[in-house]
Amino acid sequence: MTDLEILEGLGEIVEEIAGVPADEVTPNKSFVDDLDIDSLSMVEIAVAAQDKFGVEIPDNQLKDLTTVQDVVNFVAKNAGDSA
Amino acid sequence: MTSFTTFPPAAGARIISFGGYQPANVVTNDDLAARVDTSDEWIRSRVGIVSRRYAGPDETVADMAVVAGGKALASSGLSPADIDLVIVATCSAEVAIPNTSAMVASRLGIVAPAAYDLNAACAGFCYALASASDSVRAGTARYVLVIGAEKMTAWIDPDDRSTCIIFADGAGAAVVGPVADGEPPGIGPVVWGSAGDMADKIAIPNRRSYMYQQGQAVFRWATTTLHPIAAQACERAGVAVSDLSAFVPHQANLRIIEAIARRLGVPRELLADDIVHSGNTSSASVPLTLAHMAERGDLKSGSPVLLLGFGAGMCYAAQVITVP
Repeated sequence: MTDLEILEGLGEIVEEIAGVPADEVTPNKSFVDDLDIDSLSMVEIAVAAQDKFGVEIPDNQLKDLTTVQDVVNFVAKNAGDSA
Repeated sequence: MTSFTTFPPAAGARIISFGGYQPANVVTNDDLAARVDTSDEWIRSRVGIVSRRYAGPDETVADMAVVAGGKALASSGLSPADIDLVIVATCSAEVAIPNTSAMVASRLGIVAPAAYDLNAACAGFCYALASASDSVRAGTARYVLVIGAEKMTAWIDPDDRSTCIIFADGAGAAVVGPVADGEPPGIGPVVWGSAGDMADKIAIPNRRSYMYQQGQAVFRWATTTLHPIAAQACERAGVAVSDLSAFVPHQANLRIIEAIARRLGVPRELLADDIVHSGNTSSASVPLTLAHMAERGDLKSGSPVLLLGFGAGMCYAAQVITVP
């Protein structure tokens, strides 16, 4: 999985769960401040990301993943471990 | 070898009537925002609650249970003498001894019934309903008064905005009895369980502390593990999800129950959302919601309704009932 593929997949997830258009889900955006996504939606995004990428994002990691790029990096780094 | 004579069993159990009670004091989101750092918009978007009811300072769990139980008893057409078992599901009683159920039974004029309290937190009513059904089927009781009653505000820190916006007080009740000969059961097989390894996610650590919960962990657990439990309850009852006339889950948080309904494939309009004006009343929420729906004429007699209780201890129980 390339970073771009993860970014595209994440965009689809965010659009489905939070109604934010996928093309607005760009690397430097903050979920809370720019995309207006709250803590419960972040959990839903984490669950959907697990289904899509096979990478578990635990609650205690979630609070550190503030930007779209943070999630892309986390998925890219951990995809090899669980694949 | 000694041979025992057992009670004559019943072919099945059914719900005969419902009753509900809410305290008079309506607390709005703006009322809460006057005390803690929150807002009407924030509360509506996070938990879906517009207003909730708080019990008065001297109003007890038993007081609320008596009113709800009395209403269910009155609409059942039975007399207090017909009831031989009273179960009160509660996790917020002011005192541990004596048990709430014995006091409630006595105040309702039910003389010398079997009486016990049941604590499965927010899953309490569905656990109690399963136990009542089994007692009727086994013949150890003929008519059972099942009550869920909670004064959650006694255990909530009024300055903790993660809990004070959610929890509230109230009671709901149902009368359970045997089906007539040849009739199918009106309470389906229960699917129940617990996850004690996650017990630290929602807790009142000791009798002098407030309740806390880890919202994200509870949200993740509820939205990922419960829809298969609910689906299994339908399957065991032989009812297709598409045939349900309503889905009445514990009114935990509107976003949680909307997510469960979506994953289960239940249309939004069939999802009970009593939480909007009642808040989360723990074990009282399922019977209180049913009582409200019955009062409004929203329950179709003879139709299947799915119940799902879930909460602390990560206890859960689901069953399909037939509307009386």
